Amino acid sequence: MADKSPASLDATLSATNRTTHTSAGDLASPAGGAGPDRRKTKPNYRLGVQAAAFIAPALILFLLFVVWPMIRAVQFSLYKWKGFGPLVDFVGLKNYVSVLTNDVFTGALVHNLIIVVASILIQLPLGLLIALLLNRKMWGRGALRTIVFVPYVLAEVIVAVVWFQLLQPKYGAIDTMLNAIGLSGPAQGFLGTPKYALATVMVVLTWKYLGFAVILFLAGLQGVPEELTEAAQIDGASWWQTQRKITVPLLGPTLRTWAFLSMVGSLQLFDMVWILTKGGPANATTTMVTFLITEGTKRSNFGIASAASVILFIIALIFALLYQRFVMRRDNPDYEPRKKRSKR
Amino acid sequence: MKNSRFIKGLAVAATVSLLAAACSSDDGGEKGGETGKASGDTTITWWHNSNSDPGKAYYEQVAKDFEADHAGVHIKIEALQHEDMVTKLEAAFQSGDLPDIYMERGGGELADHVSAGLTKDITEASKDTIAKLGGNVAGWQLDGKTYGLPFSMGVVGFWYNKAMFADAGITSTPTTMTELYQDIETLKGKGIEPISVGAGDKWPAAHYWYYTALRQCSQDVLQKAVTSLDFQDPCFIKAGDSLKELISKEPFNSGFLSTPAQSGPTSASGLLATGKVAMELAGHWEPGVMQGLTEDGKGLGENTGWFPFPAIDGGQGDPAAQLGGGDAWSVSAKAPDAAVDFLNYLLSDKVQTGFAERDMGLPTNPAANSAVKDPALAELLKVRDAAPFIQLYFDTAFGTSIGGAMNDEIALMFAGQASSQDIVDAIQSAADEAK
Repeated sequence: MADKSPASLDATLSATNRTTHTSAGDLASPAGGAGPDRRKTKPNYRLGVQAAAFIAPALILFLLFVVWPMIRAVQFSLYKWKGFGPLVDFVGLKNYVSVLTNDVFTGALVHNLIIVVASILIQLPLGLLIALLLNRKMWGRGALRTIVFVPYVLAEVIVAVVWFQLLQPKYGAIDTMLNAIGLSGPAQGFLGTPKYALATVMVVLTWKYLGFAVILFLAGLQGVPEELTEAAQIDGASWWQTQRKITVPLLGPTLRTWAFLSMVGSLQLFDMVWILTKGGPANATTTMVTFLITEGTKRSNFGIASAASVILFIIALIFALLYQRFVMRRDNPDYEPRKKRSKR
Repeated sequence: MKNSRFIKGLAVAATVSLLAAACSSDDGGEKGGETGKASGDTTITWWHNSNSDPGKAYYEQVAKDFEADHAGVHIKIEALQHEDMVTKLEAAFQSGDLPDIYMERGGGELADHVSAGLTKDITEASKDTIAKLGGNVAGWQLDGKTYGLPFSMGVVGFWYNKAMFADAGITSTPTTMTELYQDIETLKGKGIEPISVGAGDKWPAAHYWYYTALRQCSQDVLQKAVTSLDFQDPCFIKAGDSLKELISKEPFNSGFLSTPAQSGPTSASGLLATGKVAMELAGHWEPGVMQGLTEDGKGLGENTGWFPFPAIDGGQGDPAAQLGGGDAWSVSAKAPDAAVDFLNYLLSDKVQTGFAERDMGLPTNPAANSAVKDPALAELLKVRDAAPFIQLYFDTAFGTSIGGAMNDEIALMFAGQASSQDIVDAIQSAADEAK
């Protein structure tokens, strides 16, 4: 599982280190009669070259495309800048003040938080139910699993375009179907009515990302030892009891990882909203990213857009750190209760 | 310890050398381009927004004709959908890597580009063409220098479906708001949605406020506001009140708050082109857009009609004044001289006549006026030439920063979430910020 990957990565790395050490040592020793000092420096040199050769490409890409843009964004956020010409109009923290006092931005932040919470509240129980169902041996299981997972494989843009057409007021498939059974959708359409727009986006998001939750949970379920379930059954536990007392607790690390990914995705939500509503109607579905795109590319207020992006980064970072600290901590292999830790 | 320090050093060295290599190869590429030009082969890049036929094919032909007359010149065309082109151009301005010939809409945007040194001064090189186009060029001139040549200029007005009007028993087009309201009621009575508006893209909605402001405010007040960025005249509040009155009649297509302007059959233009609504407020580009949105490529065909925005009772603006603007070709500062030659060719009698014959827009070269065969466009041309003054679209005139804030707030009024005062306040505060 993804949450274990740092640990396993460490293990692989240290394993690699060990092998390089020994092989380098083996090579060095036949060179003959070298003292312990020399033996130490020579393998280190080789190790250095190897490490640099392996790390450099990734490191350079990381510096160029992650670190450098971040530094530039922070720099832009301190200037009033139209996107071209020299960077001269230094305004200090003014852009940050104007972003944080902007109703559209605070509205967007609230929307992001609603989506974070609603995604977890809707997709967690739903995904878990479907995963438990699909984990049982039954007819057509493979086909059902595929169907549930297909929306996640589709590109977000394609999903959004398809749903945009389905949700067209009056002429779209959904309104036509509603009319056929004597109901009618809202006059302005589901996406055009401010009070329904966010909920509609939420429905489409759930449709798209439920498959991801299900596939992760299914993978997690493979890690739950069958012996435990068997033992419980022998002790007379019902199916529901087994799931509740054994499967779900053992699925904990998977659930926590999924919730983390879902949270980060919700905070950075953009494509779906941009195509479905462009943040409208009347700013009912703006997210922090649609806000910064509007300010940046549409209005050429790159200073304000950069400030918004820095704020988004900080918010996402705080979420991630708090989550790691308080929720995911227990998934670390060396997690121990506090008292023992303080001794170290 | 020693070991890790060494690795760090090596990593830094490797990074630096690779970065240096990356940068230097960039330079090499540019130099290669320069030498290519010197040896006689010139490539001109050209972005335009005629991405559907007949316009697309026509521009390809125009480029070929020019290449045939000018040995060694190659024209690389990129035909983009309008919104895509605008977005891509924004990115190009930012990077400084502009196409040689691109579209410039004048106003605050052009002023920004000129002050950033991105646009070429073509006053001398295009002297003859400028003389031919006359007053039409004024919107692309700054301090006596010319930075763009308009190839199409038009005014915004109502495009309507003649057959639908006839079916509903409307015999003459409305000239006052009261008449427009009556027609809206008549159409609704027949079960027809009167007007489509792409409020999802915001600017189509904003055009309504621009027009109510144009009818409520005198020319003097408006022109002062564009330069002083002071919007305290009470006529701007009245403009919002007039718009609110129109919105209260509920004339718009269902879902207009999320309707896009021009993309797809359920966009505002698509709804008019496919006979789902009776009218749409749009510029001179509308016939071309509608043609691209119908399967037979004809748009509304002979049912296309046009009438100017009605007069508002008690307004201080001249009812004959029009909101409009144009599209000009500009040459980027780094472009080769051949690009200016091609620009002059694009505005020649021959190319402009062909442009007008294909209903691609309203020609600015008077020699091509008679080639406008479409009766609706000919009507529009008459109104354009008779207008005492043409107010450039406010968002273009004010630049993207103020324009964006203004359009957003006007779109909020369409959603019933902004008052007349809110619009003025939003414009004023964006203007104060930009000062």
